[in-house]
Amino acid sequence: MTTIIAPETAAPPDPNQPPRQHYLNAGYTVRSWLLTTDHKRIAILFLVSITFFFVVGGLAATVVRLDLMTPQADLVQTETYNKLFTAHGVMMVFFFLIPSIPSVLGNFLVPLMLGARDLAFPRLNLLSWYVYTIGGLFTLYAMLAGGVDTGWTFYTPYSSTYSNTYVMATAVGIFITGFSSILTGLNFIVTIHKMRAPGLTWFRLPLFIWSIYATSIIMVLGTPVLAISLLLVAMERLLKIGIFDPKLGGDPILFQHLFWFYSHPAVYIMILPSMGVVSEIVPCFCRKRPFGYAFIGFSSFAIAVFSFLVWGHHLFVSGQSIYGGMVFSLLSYLVAIPSAVKVFNWTATLHKGSISFDTPMLYALGFIGLFTMGGLTGLFVAALAVDVHVHDTYFIVAHFHYIMVGGAVMGYLGGIHYWWPKISGRLYPEGWARLSAILIFFGFNLTFFPQYILGYLGMPRRYHVYPEEFQLLNVMSSAGASILALGYFFPLSYLLWSLRFGKIAPPNPWRAAGLEWQTPSPPPTENFAETPVVVDEAYDYQRIDGFAVAGSGAAASPRSHREESTHG
Amino acid sequence: MAEVHAPGTPRALAHQFDDLEQQHQADELGMWLFLSTEIMFFGGLFLAYTIYRTQDEAAFAAASHELDLFLGTVNTVVLLGSSLTMALAVFAAENLQRRKLVLLLMATMVLGCVFLGVKGFEYYHKYEHGLMPLLGLPFDWPGPSPGHAEMFFDLYFLMTGVHALHMLIGLGVLCVLLIKASRGRLLGDFSAPVHLTGLYWHFVDIVWVFLFPLLYLIGAR
Repeated sequence: MTTIIAPETAAPPDPNQPPRQHYLNAGYTVRSWLLTTDHKRIAILFLVSITFFFVVGGLAATVVRLDLMTPQADLVQTETYNKLFTAHGVMMVFFFLIPSIPSVLGNFLVPLMLGARDLAFPRLNLLSWYVYTIGGLFTLYAMLAGGVDTGWTFYTPYSSTYSNTYVMATAVGIFITGFSSILTGLNFIVTIHKMRAPGLTWFRLPLFIWSIYATSIIMVLGTPVLAISLLLVAMERLLKIGIFDPKLGGDPILFQHLFWFYSHPAVYIMILPSMGVVSEIVPCFCRKRPFGYAFIGFSSFAIAVFSFLVWGHHLFVSGQSIYGGMVFSLLSYLVAIPSAVKVFNWTATLHKGSISFDTPMLYALGFIGLFTMGGLTGLFVAALAVDVHVHDTYFIVAHFHYIMVGGAVMGYLGGIHYWWPKISGRLYPEGWARLSAILIFFGFNLTFFPQYILGYLGMPRRYHVYPEEFQLLNVMSSAGASILALGYFFPLSYLLWSLRFGKIAPPNPWRAAGLEWQTPSPPPTENFAETPVVVDEAYDYQRIDGFAVAGSGAAASPRSHREESTHG
Repeated sequence: MAEVHAPGTPRALAHQFDDLEQQHQADELGMWLFLSTEIMFFGGLFLAYTIYRTQDEAAFAAASHELDLFLGTVNTVVLLGSSLTMALAVFAAENLQRRKLVLLLMATMVLGCVFLGVKGFEYYHKYEHGLMPLLGLPFDWPGPSPGHAEMFFDLYFLMTGVHALHMLIGLGVLCVLLIKASRGRLLGDFSAPVHLTGLYWHFVDIVWVFLFPLLYLIGAR
């Protein structure tokens, strides 16, 4: 961007000099963390909390996969199984995927990328974490105290009238957490509008900011609709009124409309930030400007707008009118256009790039492949006739896991690795990181590809007793899940290890463009010594590399620097 | 902002902003975004109302006639009046008129409480006449299609209830503002909270402007 990045060296700390002040050593007390308004510290708080809920959701999935190893119900009872897949869905969707990239990477990076000192509303940001954590613990309590067996979708009238499980408590927990989402989205939109550094025009913004902005729009406009739907379910249970109860003249389908009006856009809350991460990683590890910057940016907005118009494709077999179904089918096809624009632009960026396969790039490439598969099968299920065949089968389960895990989680992990040196001030062990990226890719495919076949053959979702002939594919899936679990365990271990034993990270280990790399790692509390002034387009890799080659004689590869610091 | 700031005195400008203009713009945009989430929140209720009313317009009109049009009208005037006093309060805060600000905030709160009082009286009236189909209470409906009439009253209590909840939150915020204003704060550069609360209060008012005709004025009387 503005400043030409001179080659930095990770100079060994001088024992006579006092250590540099940065956001991590600004205070060590519990109070300095729990009452912080520093966006970087709040990002760390979110990182810890969402990792916790990810583990909880993962444990539920583990039992589900273990139980599905055999066709009989031998590990858990049917009711327990229902509660387990509900717990997995609720935890992963509301407490991991939706907050993951926005709350952790977004919180950390948005002000840094904009050249700002903090988000527009730092105290609201802290409130967002408290609200999230209280909602999460409340829901966790509901899960442990008795569980919920409605599935994460809470379809009425089962959830409002018949289920005797902790529906109320779970609804309250999710309702509370929704405010966290709203506050985060609101904070980002205001910050991006009002707090950009001088010279940082909209078309000089990093693409990550574009995608976070589009995500925030969905968070702000979608989440309240989920809130009112859950409130109505709660009121129905509490006050014995019949908004969704057919016995009292209500319509259960209305709940599905309201629920999916939020929950379909919510899928884009999960995937758009990952797309933003990939749009940062791919140019850096190709040493090229992204192909079609404006197309990638505007496609984020197109996805956000379309996302609000496609909810009806979840209701093809719920008794929705056939004409409604046709319109929703067509609109769902239209979402494929901006999504494909992104995939084509990333691959065009790769063309003739100087590609290196560091860990973030492995995740980004994995994302592109898996997202493409998830997206293409999305077209299958958006087709009215095909959906009748695969609706509520494992085909759907495989489809949305390719988007939510193959897409969103790969992007999240790629982003965590890419910005880890900035966040922690340490480098992670590259060998282990690559190994786990590859493990996750193969483990993921082994887990979920068989589920496409299972679903197409007719195995319904949410059943744990199934015909004998499905066992082989289910065992394959469970075996893949164990590899996937190992793949997730490694980053958790070596990233923690690197906090103490990792090599000290230079300010810009990837020789990447972007304001966040122009401040030391980890950044000082006030982010920048003085507000940066931007005079140039984003992703000017040619100039960065040109300067490095002429000035230092180093090879123009993002790894060159890293190798110096790792092996030198 | 290069001006020297004396330690110990409160400052209007938060550390993350460059100047007050930027801060005001950010505050205002944030509030408008919050109000847009509120529109989506109420939108769910308005959607439910629209769907069920189109299913049986006659039953909804008949049920609507059971509401007290006089009290509803009085409440509309009261609430619009409170919006006026709120708008004047914002004006007073910006113009450093402390006494006026305190009085206008009090007037707004009094009018808000009157609204809630009248609403409570109406609720009690419905309860007495067996028109409160909540918590399994008996619902006597002599006319045709009691199911749809019951749905009307379900929606009536939900929509006015959620609206009243927003009024209560607004009154709580006004209470805090009143304490601060009586201590001589919230004036001039510090008036942003009054301005933002004003936006919220007007929003709650506008929701009522839509609720009133939809609940009280449908069908010829």
